Amino acid sequence: MIIFLKKFGIWLAAVLICVVLPLIFRSGFSISLLSQMGIAIIFALSYNMLLGQGGMLSFGHAVYYGLGGFLAMHALNRIGAGTLPIPIELLPLVGGVAGVLAGLVFGWLSTARASTTFALISLGIGELIAASALMLPSFFGGEQGIIGDRVVKLTITGFRFGKQIEVYYLIAVWMLICVALMYLLTQTPLGRVANAVRDNPERAAFIGYAPRTVRTLQFTLAAFFAGAAGGLFAINYEIITAETVGAQASGSVLMMTYIGGVGHFFGPILGAILITFMQLSLAGVTHAWLLYFGLLFVGMVMWAPNGLSGIIMVHEPVWKARLMKRLLPAYGLIALPCLIMFLGAMILIEINYHLSLSINPENPMHLLGITFRAQSPVAWGLSLVMMVAGFFFFRKARSVVQERWSEVSQTLKGGLTR
Amino acid sequence: MLEYIIFSLLNSLVLGMLLFMLSSGLTLIFSMMGVLNFAHASFYMLGAYFGYQISTAIGFWPALIIAPPLVGLFGALVERYGLRNVHKYGHVAELLFTVGLAFIIEEGVNLIWGRNAVTYPIPKLLDFPIFTLFNTEFSAYRMFMLFISVAIFIALYWILTRTRIGLIIQAALTHPQMVNALGHNVPAVFMLVFGGGSALAGLAGVIGGIFLVTEPAMAATLGPIVFVVIVVGGMGSLTGAFVASLLLAAIQTFAVGIEYSLSDLLALVGIRAEVGGILKDLWRIQLSHTGPILPYLFMVLILMFRPKGLMGKRET
Amino acid sequence: MSTTALKLADVHKSFGSSKIINGVNLAVAKGERHAIIGPNGAGKSTLFNLISGFYPLSAGYIELNGHMISNLPPHRINRLGLSRSFQVTNIFPKMSVFENVRCALLWPMGYGYSFWHLCDRLKKINAKAEEILERINLADRRHIPAGLLAYADQRALEIGITIAGNAEVILLDEPTAGMSLSETERAVELIRDVTTGKTLLVVEHDMQVVFNLADRISVLVYGEIVATDHPDKIRQNPQVQEAYLGKESA
Repeated sequence: MIIFLKKFGIWLAAVLICVVLPLIFRSGFSISLLSQMGIAIIFALSYNMLLGQGGMLSFGHAVYYGLGGFLAMHALNRIGAGTLPIPIELLPLVGGVAGVLAGLVFGWLSTARASTTFALISLGIGELIAASALMLPSFFGGEQGIIGDRVVKLTITGFRFGKQIEVYYLIAVWMLICVALMYLLTQTPLGRVANAVRDNPERAAFIGYAPRTVRTLQFTLAAFFAGAAGGLFAINYEIITAETVGAQASGSVLMMTYIGGVGHFFGPILGAILITFMQLSLAGVTHAWLLYFGLLFVGMVMWAPNGLSGIIMVHEPVWKARLMKRLLPAYGLIALPCLIMFLGAMILIEINYHLSLSINPENPMHLLGITFRAQSPVAWGLSLVMMVAGFFFFRKARSVVQERWSEVSQTLKGGLTR
Repeated sequence: MLEYIIFSLLNSLVLGMLLFMLSSGLTLIFSMMGVLNFAHASFYMLGAYFGYQISTAIGFWPALIIAPPLVGLFGALVERYGLRNVHKYGHVAELLFTVGLAFIIEEGVNLIWGRNAVTYPIPKLLDFPIFTLFNTEFSAYRMFMLFISVAIFIALYWILTRTRIGLIIQAALTHPQMVNALGHNVPAVFMLVFGGGSALAGLAGVIGGIFLVTEPAMAATLGPIVFVVIVVGGMGSLTGAFVASLLLAAIQTFAVGIEYSLSDLLALVGIRAEVGGILKDLWRIQLSHTGPILPYLFMVLILMFRPKGLMGKRET
Repeated sequence: MSTTALKLADVHKSFGSSKIINGVNLAVAKGERHAIIGPNGAGKSTLFNLISGFYPLSAGYIELNGHMISNLPPHRINRLGLSRSFQVTNIFPKMSVFENVRCALLWPMGYGYSFWHLCDRLKKINAKAEEILERINLADRRHIPAGLLAYADQRALEIGITIAGNAEVILLDEPTAGMSLSETERAVELIRDVTTGKTLLVVEHDMQVVFNLADRISVLVYGEIVATDHPDKIRQNPQVQEAYLGKESA
């Protein structure tokens, strides 16, 4: 029993969380947020099959997501019209098939080399598909996109998917299946050899593998999951536009995955949850959310290139050695100036947005429950002072953190305690 | 027809030289530092907005002088305090840093100047037709752009072939490790090239922002085209970038005027067919509408079949 | 000739106008340990790269167990039973030591591009990987990322990867380069052990190692083989003495 729990506990917990969450957060907003998170998790994990596991930096992964979505939407409309006998629960498979077909073709074309050449080809293919989407209106629906109706007669579970909560559970089930499959794929010969090709393609050829074939297969499998996520997108929104295949969608999955961390399997899951949450909650509160998102991303690239999962995993040995209590005070110390710096920057950003975007900049603005005029020198001065002071104390605190860290890692290495 | 050809040629020359101002900096940065700078077109955008802002305050001519060095300075600071710190994490991180930077610059421009295009007019001194041919006018401003870009081209050529720093840059293009080993301050050269490339992009923005449009999406529109130029021309080859700039400008300019579709083409040789379903769009697209995809198609094909580009010596 | 494992016939290679390999003829018998020596720049590494398919030939042909392998891509040559190591350590740095060895076993043991088997369930492969780790003395460090191993251990791992697939013909490119004396001794023992019953072609600078290990030696000078013979004869060959041994090692 204990062995069973140790092996499958985390999966049981995941299932439990998926079941319980919508019972706790019952508002319409939370349910649709959770649904979007589910889709984003699949998409980000599929992206990490390329970047993290295969060493392929793609700027066009949304192509497979979008094509999957479009094909699924066309299929949905046929199902609704009674001309296609596929139950709606299996619609993501249609998206997946679209992903596989596109992935096989474009994957083979782009994987002769990895690195910059691959990145540029993926960018080119992405722009190509996005530009053609507007030229081929019968498939992509032009500017308006294609709409569908997910309430169809053909279901196997008996649900009609009229309510968002039913859609949520469908997404959750598919999400769990896809996550499990993608995890298992990392454990297969292909998954391991994809790592080998990422690390050292030349050497991989001398243990019998053609790097291009390995990359193409990995790419195609990733495209399958991206397409499946696209299929869920079609069901969830009932509308799909050319934007889904575009550069922005490709860019945001890249950022999500990277912020979550590409080095660990669960990293992209964190990224998808965090970014989707930011997307939906911040976008309603501030116009500047994309700027915050960009700053977060650049901050991660500069100071935490292993992403959130990297930050967490670096603490694993510390946690096991019960040394966290030595680090936490230092973290508390550095959190304060960070917060001050961030608040200062935020005030400045919000003031500027107010000035450039509101109808009458003379109107008072509201921020954190305080109402003030955007032109007020007090606000400007305060934000600048906060930023400068925050930065000053941040640097001080950083040396404390570094000191603590070197102490802790000494202790870990030598096993000596003070 | 002759009128169409002459004006298309002139316009592609203007656009092509503008592209070259951008692509020359980008290709130099890539071949020296190995960084594909996704923010390069963002520097172009900054140039346009700085130009616009300074023009409205003190006029176009001071803007032309002040804005490019400002952008160059910004670029140098980005290299010194951003890129150089990321360098230790490898090329992917460097590339992603520039992606994020492009993102931030776009949002920053939104923040300061708003989401709509700004009115950045042609300076009064140049707002007249310089000549009229077959009833079509060619504006003095375009002629001025051509003049500036040719001057820059000559200056760049002179710097790279006649000055000491130019020779170091040229050597670093082909043998970056060797230059380092010879004891030149390579980080300083990097900062210089990055700043210089950014300044060129800024200049292109100051004059191109009037010619095209000055809006927050301008970087995202032009950025990929500049990538296409340096890939087609061959990474690290300035001559290649020059030829590819003109070539791509010509393709884009000429394609706009040709209104033939696949069905017209087949009709010429006597095949007439009606195609239904999804393919019918493909059948009816006029060549003039394929303008946006041609460059990317070109780039993907080059990368697959001739990764060195037209004139490049190294593979990407 | 069924007893010839590897045959090079009139192999040429030039880069641009410079000729690096100039008509090399070589036949390595099955089960033989054959060393190639020669001064720096003689073309030893180029020769390895030609045999393993890293570079295309300019002229001539190469046979492996009677199969024509000239100009096949590296992975095809590997599948025909030839495995090689590299002069510069060439492992999979971010993967664990165990994973490095296991990956080298997957193709030879028939799992190819499978994405429907789970590696941990492949008992035979895991047992074989364990056995190899024992042989190269890295069993206790199996979970460490290979990039963090000490240099000599990385070289040992490289040999482990090279021999894992049970290839009949093994090419080792300077396996002891950069090692201390005691490390070299252990490496030679290891090589002797793991190549028993196999055909070995080795490039090596350390004469001690060469004379210790090789059944026959070929001397490569300026892209040509000037002599092929048993170690004792090579030692006495005046041509070799002049070209090579006379100056570098007494």
